Amino acid sequence: MKRTVTVTVLNQSGVLNRITGLFTKRQFNIESITVGPTETEGISKMTVIVHVEDERVAEQVLKQLNKQVDVLKVTDITDQAVVSRELALIKVLTTPQTRAEINVIIEPFRATIIDVAKDSVTIQVVGNFEKIEAMIELLRPYGIKELSRTGQTALTRGSQKQVTDLKQYSILK
Amino acid sequence: MNAKVETKAKPLKQAMSGAELFIEALKKENVEVVFGYPGGAVLPLYDALYRNPIRHILARHEQAAIHAAEGYARVSGKPGVVIATSGPGATNLVTGITDAMMDSLPLVVFTGQVATGVIGTDAFQEADVIGITMPITKHNYQVRDLNELPRIIREAFHIATTGRPGPVLIDIPKDIATTVTEPTFVTDVHLPGYQPNTTPNVLQIKKLAEAIAQAEKPLILAGAGVLHGKAAEELLAFAEETNIPVVNTLLGLGSFPADHPLFLGMGGMHGTYTANMAMYEADLLINIGARFDDRLTGNLQHFAPNAMVAHIDIDPAEIGKNVDTHIPIVADAKEALQKLLDLELTAPEANEWRLHLKQSQKEFPLWQSEEEEGISPQQLTKMIHDVTSGEAIVTTDVGQHQMWTAQYYGFSQPNRWVTSGGLGTMGFGFPAAIGAQIAHPDDTVVAIAGDAGFQMTLQELGLVAELKLPVKIIIYNNQALGMVRQWQEKFYEERYSQSLLPCQPDFVQLAGAYGIKGYSVSTEEEAEQVLKEALTSREPVLIDCRIKRKEKVYPMIAPGKGLHEMIGVRP
Repeated sequence: MKRTVTVTVLNQSGVLNRITGLFTKRQFNIESITVGPTETEGISKMTVIVHVEDERVAEQVLKQLNKQVDVLKVTDITDQAVVSRELALIKVLTTPQTRAEINVIIEPFRATIIDVAKDSVTIQVVGNFEKIEAMIELLRPYGIKELSRTGQTALTRGSQKQVTDLKQYSILK
Repeated sequence: MNAKVETKAKPLKQAMSGAELFIEALKKENVEVVFGYPGGAVLPLYDALYRNPIRHILARHEQAAIHAAEGYARVSGKPGVVIATSGPGATNLVTGITDAMMDSLPLVVFTGQVATGVIGTDAFQEADVIGITMPITKHNYQVRDLNELPRIIREAFHIATTGRPGPVLIDIPKDIATTVTEPTFVTDVHLPGYQPNTTPNVLQIKKLAEAIAQAEKPLILAGAGVLHGKAAEELLAFAEETNIPVVNTLLGLGSFPADHPLFLGMGGMHGTYTANMAMYEADLLINIGARFDDRLTGNLQHFAPNAMVAHIDIDPAEIGKNVDTHIPIVADAKEALQKLLDLELTAPEANEWRLHLKQSQKEFPLWQSEEEEGISPQQLTKMIHDVTSGEAIVTTDVGQHQMWTAQYYGFSQPNRWVTSGGLGTMGFGFPAAIGAQIAHPDDTVVAIAGDAGFQMTLQELGLVAELKLPVKIIIYNNQALGMVRQWQEKFYEERYSQSLLPCQPDFVQLAGAYGIKGYSVSTEEEAEQVLKEALTSREPVLIDCRIKRKEKVYPMIAPGKGLHEMIGVRP
């Protein structure tokens, strides 16, 4: 199962290493990890997409992260209403014939072409994981020369609507 | 009249070097002794130590220094402090740091580092100690700014000794130690990400009390958390009030008196049959400060299959990690037990259960083979117990001698038992005994070692001789890596690959070379006589005991098997 976990950390040197090292040590599989500063100076936030076998492992991920001295807060936001976004840059091979086609394909995705060369274009797209996957699939037949993705970052929505099945990892169960 | 006149106002701040600041900070932490080994990058620290002494114990190898600090921490409850130089000095500590992490021992480890300007250039004796020790420390720091050092040292001692204890490392670049500053020492700690909870949840405590009242086959499993929490008295009171039998983990030995009628012995791979069957059959298992290690549980599918599991642990991550837990209680063992004792506990109706266990204890006692000439290691352990009235501090490495000691010594007091449990480190026991002896100079400290493990850290004979520490080294000599050989005999069709050590030093002469009195004994009569003489002396002593070479540790849960599938239960 895939879990989205946000980790608020003190921005100390080596903190990213600490977190990724923990994932390695405990054999938790990271699908993506993003990190950046928050609204408070000296505090960063990571968004980690992690693949775990079952709920016990999911609980261990949270508890082990929480044990780190530099970690202030760990939240599993998988079952909450969230907005999550990722940015991808995709360099696609083009010929004069396909260029127009590609334009048509990317338009509904609200993607933009940010670089044009003789035989390729570079497209920038922002969206959730599924949207980016879908666009990559559509572009694949044209030949993807290079692909770079940032990984997902996420925030819970301002108002949580009818989240009945909120997963709580509390010591009280 | 010669009244003194204050001529000078004491300056509020005093300029000092990083190294002096380091000594000052250690004094503020009430550090009485440090274990270490000097080298290039820590020369400034050692120079400050020379001018402003704190007792320093010079081990002959950094690994021994840290094991000694572990022994010191284990028996004193105070943090062990270690200093080593950069590069090889620091990497030699890795085994000890990991050992302390696994067995939750409070250590504060200082390593030197190359000067700030050359970090990252593969300078002489440079190693990425922060990277190396990140997964094996509770927390680690590299000092980048001297003015942060007082805060870092304060935090390190706080983190090492609170919550679930563990090792904390501070890496100090050489130039930081020589820089001069006017330091501000801090007394309180501000760590928003580190707030260990020690107070149990009242509802969970009530739930546990209810479960106890209803249980028919209740059982207490007491681990090292009871010792770290200084809760042995409360455990005894709790067990007696509820009349619930007690099983100890390996590291928990001593938290409950071994001669108590409610005590079933150690559980786990080489635990007693009754202890393991009790865990298998229990309907309520109350785990206090044990982490359900695989050597205790055996195959998890068959671990306490019928039990409602209550788990008291100060580390929330241990609860539910290996075994599904019905009543989780995140708390300090002492506080949790006190809260339980404050309630009007209803003792369960478990007469039948206790009778059943008593019967099992009678029917399946620990046994030893009658074959082979030579000293029975089990008898030898009992003799050591008798000669020391069961009151010695006993340390071991890992392996057969460790298991025989755990099975037969019968620890009745807390903090007298020092062993490498989680990491299972050969060469641990002898240096750990040195640390224990330094913490308790007047007590009898016995280092029980295998002949192979002893050879991993025997250079510390030099330290024992230098300080005239009355450590008693008792070698269980079977000229083999006994436990490895036992497994090869049992599970590898007697292919004794690299586990036999026919070529050994003459241990008596070896001790003699250090000016330490040595004995070699090969019969039980000799052993008894020598033990009586040697264990009461105030000198260091080495006794090479030729034990039965093929004796095995039984009973046993074979790897991958469940608690109920013990082998070697009877002769």
